[in-house]
Amino acid sequence: MTLLSAIRSRLVILIPYVWLLFFFLLPFMIVLRIALSDLEYGSPPYTPQFSLSDGWSGIWDKLSTLDFENFAFLVGDSLYINSYLSSLKIALISTLFTLAIGFPLAYGMARAPDRIRPTLLMLVILPFWTSFLIRVYAWIGILKQEGLLNQFLLWLGVIDTPLEILSTNTAVYIGIVYSYLPFMVLPIYSALDKMDESLVEAARDLGCTRIGAFWKVTARLAVPGVLAGCLLVFIPAVGEFVIPDLLGGSGTLMIGKTLWIEFFNNSDWTVASAIAIILLIVLVVPIVWFQNAQAKAAEAGK
Amino acid sequence: MPSLGNIRRSFAPWEDPAAKPYISFQNVTKRFGTFTAVENLSLNVYEREFFSLLGPSGCGKTTLLRMLAGFEEPTEGELYLDGQPLKGVPPHKRPVNMMFQSYALFPHMTVADNIAFGLKQDGMAKPERDERVAQMLKLVKLEQFAGRKPHQLSGGQRQRVALARSVAKRPKLLILDEPLGALDKKLREETQFELMDLQQELGLTFMIVTHDQEEAMTMSDRIAVMDKGVIVQTGTPAEIYEAPNSRYVADFIGSVNILEGKVTPAGEGRIVLDGPDGRITGAVRDGAPATGETAWFAIRPEKIEIGRTPPEGAVNRLEGEVWDIAYLGDMTIINVKLASGTVVQAATLNRFRLVEDPIGYEERVWLSFNPDSGVVLRS
Repeated sequence: MTLLSAIRSRLVILIPYVWLLFFFLLPFMIVLRIALSDLEYGSPPYTPQFSLSDGWSGIWDKLSTLDFENFAFLVGDSLYINSYLSSLKIALISTLFTLAIGFPLAYGMARAPDRIRPTLLMLVILPFWTSFLIRVYAWIGILKQEGLLNQFLLWLGVIDTPLEILSTNTAVYIGIVYSYLPFMVLPIYSALDKMDESLVEAARDLGCTRIGAFWKVTARLAVPGVLAGCLLVFIPAVGEFVIPDLLGGSGTLMIGKTLWIEFFNNSDWTVASAIAIILLIVLVVPIVWFQNAQAKAAEAGK
Repeated sequence: MPSLGNIRRSFAPWEDPAAKPYISFQNVTKRFGTFTAVENLSLNVYEREFFSLLGPSGCGKTTLLRMLAGFEEPTEGELYLDGQPLKGVPPHKRPVNMMFQSYALFPHMTVADNIAFGLKQDGMAKPERDERVAQMLKLVKLEQFAGRKPHQLSGGQRQRVALARSVAKRPKLLILDEPLGALDKKLREETQFELMDLQQELGLTFMIVTHDQEEAMTMSDRIAVMDKGVIVQTGTPAEIYEAPNSRYVADFIGSVNILEGKVTPAGEGRIVLDGPDGRITGAVRDGAPATGETAWFAIRPEKIEIGRTPPEGAVNRLEGEVWDIAYLGDMTIINVKLASGTVVQAATLNRFRLVEDPIGYEERVWLSFNPDSGVVLRS
């Protein structure tokens, strides 16, 4: 009986590892292997292909043809480097805007009367019920030359010629901020919601002004939520493809789009894979930093 | 009239008409929407007093404290601290510190940083601040826990950190919201005495909210019993216990037997109550009820004698059957059911280890008590 339960408890621990092996590590190894291969016109469009009939020495010969050529190519071409930098910049600015809008929203929700809080939470989650793609498409209708926004502003008399927003980076920012706002609001809300409100009162009682108490207590205790929200927005925003493709213009340079072009327009799987690998490495840095910060926050208690 | 035992007789500024109140609530009303939490309440508390607000939850006692701390403003009426009106003064500008029921310790700070928080806000220099923190840690005996985070402490230790933090700024008034509510009984009793010592040592005015009558009795100079937003009675613990002014107060503090009857005057400051339980003679303290009015005689269980034979010469005596016996060690509580069906509680002190023939269940017994041992209540 105890042996059985011991095995069972081991199994429970094993499941996530098996999951990671099959759905993360294995796909990663396949992408890495393509990134190290050479381009070849054929199907699949890379070489070498491994086969069991090669025998040990054959496999070894083929393995030795794997190299970092594609990575060297990426580093050598400023287009790719610029794509990475531009993606990081767009993601970073979008994240800051999302935080600037998301924090007050989450704060307002957490301080709202208990009665209406579930409704507010529902409103934040509601957009998820419509396809992401359709929501981004809808923004075309809002932002285009004769779109709703321009019509509205013209009607108000704020502008007399329609603004050119669609097909610019501004549209991409709007799209990212809109699409990822719930990912910012929810973790911050959860951090603020579980905070004891008497902490703020205690700070005010001990000599803080309202604003002082907000910074020293509320904002400080919301840090884990803010970090989680920023990463949940920043990481997918860096690799975003749909939003720059639909709302951005020819001048919008983002790595997701570059990857798409390499993969589908140039049929260059090897370079596309190399781009993906470097993107992953670029993103692992903030993830590791976040996990460290979270571990520290957990150590600091609740 | 013989006095009700006041333990701290030397300290009674509320009896001195010339004394200036330190805290003064003047006709204060507080409404939240349609709900009235505090209604037209006036109260004076004096410097260095240990004052308790006692009442069931929702009676408005916490609202009263929060108005004093500055978290709520009165809807009507005025609030004065040391003669100064408090209207519009924000919490951080009041010379008042509060100890919160939840302790409200900052989870991201160490014990020392929690205590230093208020001092830092005041811009106290670091050496002085460190010295004060060390002094506070010593006061609450937590020197070796300075570097811990609140979640690494036990409930009792957290309570002491909260206390140290709230007195670190040397406020003139400390308000405590259910300070011992989260502690277990033994720790609570110890801490009660610690709080009293601390108050004496620092010479502060304490205003404390509690729903625990024992806690209020133990620590306070005076107690205000509250119900539904009004103060029902204010007095020393002895006054509240021995001379409650209503059945509500009598019942809220300690155990009490309440016997109902119609009033007939009996002279010499006494009246007779004729009710379902028989005829009871009681002493009137102030304001004798009119003839024919319904009144109640309230008597504490420990003031009732119990015996097997009809007591000779007793003014008040009731016959009944032993219904329940509860042995508590130091005393025994005996519930006696009268012919009317009323159950009267009598308590006897167990002064001897061995009792020859203790009263048992279902025995016929006589209860007797002096007219001066209880009070006649009109409401």
